[in-house]
Amino acid sequence: MELLIAVIIGVLTASGIYLSLRGRTFPVVLGLTFLSYAVNLFLLVMGRLTIGAPPIIADGISRYADPLPQALVLTAIVISFGMTAFVIVLALKAFSEMGNDHVDGKHKP
Amino acid sequence: MINHIAIFPVLLPLLAGIALLLLPGRQLPLKRAASLISVVLQIITAVVLLNTVSNGEILVYALGNWVPPFGIVLVADRLAVWMLTITALVAICALFYASRGSDSNGAHFHTLFQLQLFGLNGAFLTGDLFNLFVFFEILLLASYSLLLHGGGRLRTKAGLHFVTINLVGSTLFLFAVGTLYGLLGTLNMADLAVKVAAAPADDVVLIHIAGLLLFAVFSLKAALVPLYLWLPAAYAHTTAAVAALFAIMTKVGAYSILRVYTLIFGTQAGIAANLTETWLLPMAILTLIIGVLGVLASTRLRQQIAYLVIASIGTLLTATGINSAAGITAALYYLPHSTFAAAAFFLLSDSIAQRRHIMDDQFEPGPVIQQQRLLGSLFFITAILIAGLPPLSGFIGKFLILNAALHHPDLPWIMGVILVTSLFTLIALARSGSMLFYRTQEPHTGNVNPDINKPRSVLSVTGELTPVVGLLLFCIGLVIFAGTVTDYTAAIANQLLHPETYIKSVLHMEVIQP
Repeated sequence: MELLIAVIIGVLTASGIYLSLRGRTFPVVLGLTFLSYAVNLFLLVMGRLTIGAPPIIADGISRYADPLPQALVLTAIVISFGMTAFVIVLALKAFSEMGNDHVDGKHKP
Repeated sequence: MINHIAIFPVLLPLLAGIALLLLPGRQLPLKRAASLISVVLQIITAVVLLNTVSNGEILVYALGNWVPPFGIVLVADRLAVWMLTITALVAICALFYASRGSDSNGAHFHTLFQLQLFGLNGAFLTGDLFNLFVFFEILLLASYSLLLHGGGRLRTKAGLHFVTINLVGSTLFLFAVGTLYGLLGTLNMADLAVKVAAAPADDVVLIHIAGLLLFAVFSLKAALVPLYLWLPAAYAHTTAAVAALFAIMTKVGAYSILRVYTLIFGTQAGIAANLTETWLLPMAILTLIIGVLGVLASTRLRQQIAYLVIASIGTLLTATGINSAAGITAALYYLPHSTFAAAAFFLLSDSIAQRRHIMDDQFEPGPVIQQQRLLGSLFFITAILIAGLPPLSGFIGKFLILNAALHHPDLPWIMGVILVTSLFTLIALARSGSMLFYRTQEPHTGNVNPDINKPRSVLSVTGELTPVVGLLLFCIGLVIFAGTVTDYTAAIANQLLHPETYIKSVLHMEVIQP
């Protein structure tokens, strides 16, 4: 399972980097979103992958899941969600003000 | 009795920001007053804190009384309080200037301004790496909106680049934080320092990767070469008051570098000791060179000031990169000087640009401006400050830096670059000044706005230039009280280079029983 998760994070990051280097705002926004997905997944698995273990102290149990990455990733998700919303609005504003959706506002023939 | 004062700098702007949101949009005077009161209170808090920590005491505030390293802590040590004071002083001048009218161009200017201060103060005070990320995001989100305040095509384009690069930076920050947590199981900075120092040699590669990723993020915030390209457009196209406040923003990156690479990756850090030593100095010197080349090549005054900000961060981090007590002392003296001077210059450039009408701040012959003697003198003083000529604080700052570099193996590089770039800065500013104030000609076009020649009242000019004069007076204060200030910055450097006290204060804090 570690390998699967690692591959998923890698693919998400790679597509995120590729898309955020594109010249139009929509792929860039998608790329930033992919990057934030990748990093959220990365944060979550940094507490190691545990299955069926409780995150809080319970009687008679010696194996626990780390609860902290879940709190961290929740914060990170909320922030990246807000940022994505902001960057979409900004991209729309740029489109309406510059007349095209190129990140530099240049019109290519 | 718990000492609650450490949390005031974070709570005050947050509450003020929320309260400002509740005031109806039309009551601008009321909003201005509320915003000003909040900043004045922040200055008072900062001064009280400055007094409290000056004896070397480190105030640790555990939120919710969760014992570190399990809860989030705010730590007010000398460095944090020094940064708080500088921020509050810049903020009040920027706010005064904005309150003269540019705050009415869009809704919620004052709310965003307070939230920006909330993020800045939080970033300086927090003792937790993930919390630092959160405060970075708060100050960035507020800065995105402030940058776009007033709208306009160029501003939107610069904003798009600024937002995108910072979002990528945030992602890198999270990757670094995740790696550190996965390896060491903690994010409290004091605890991280202990754990990194005791880390097994097997983890050396991963710890280095995480540490250098963090360095890349902080370099992006500080606008170090090659990650500075977002800054000139963003700073040159925003409103003057916002640009003045942003003068402190790059210093957040410098602060983070100073904090993390003395505390967590400092000399005591075992396998990761002095992680950035080989990177920081060459990058800072390169930043200084490229910044000054930008200053020479600029075609507009605001663009030139933006490049001066880059050059000043280069100088500041060169001093930090010397990596000695004297170097950090000099850097922390240079930091408020460069912040105040850049903020004053941004405000002044706006006054000049407004009077030149269609010529704006371009370096081309324009009309004779109103109050040219007064503005010219202020320009002269600011230019002397920034170029680092005696007798003002720029000279003392650069002298301290060169003095600190005397025993460094790279002395020829440091001294050569700082002296030559100072000369070029002086030449560039002399050229700009003579273009703006001496080489005047009446505009050929007939469509001159009649308002431009309407004489301004004494009261209006006084109000306009008070913030600029205030910022310049702070710099002169840095000269008059240079002895006291350098004693204090030397004490900061001493505290930074002996992180044991910090670690002990945080990890062994007394739990308050209810």
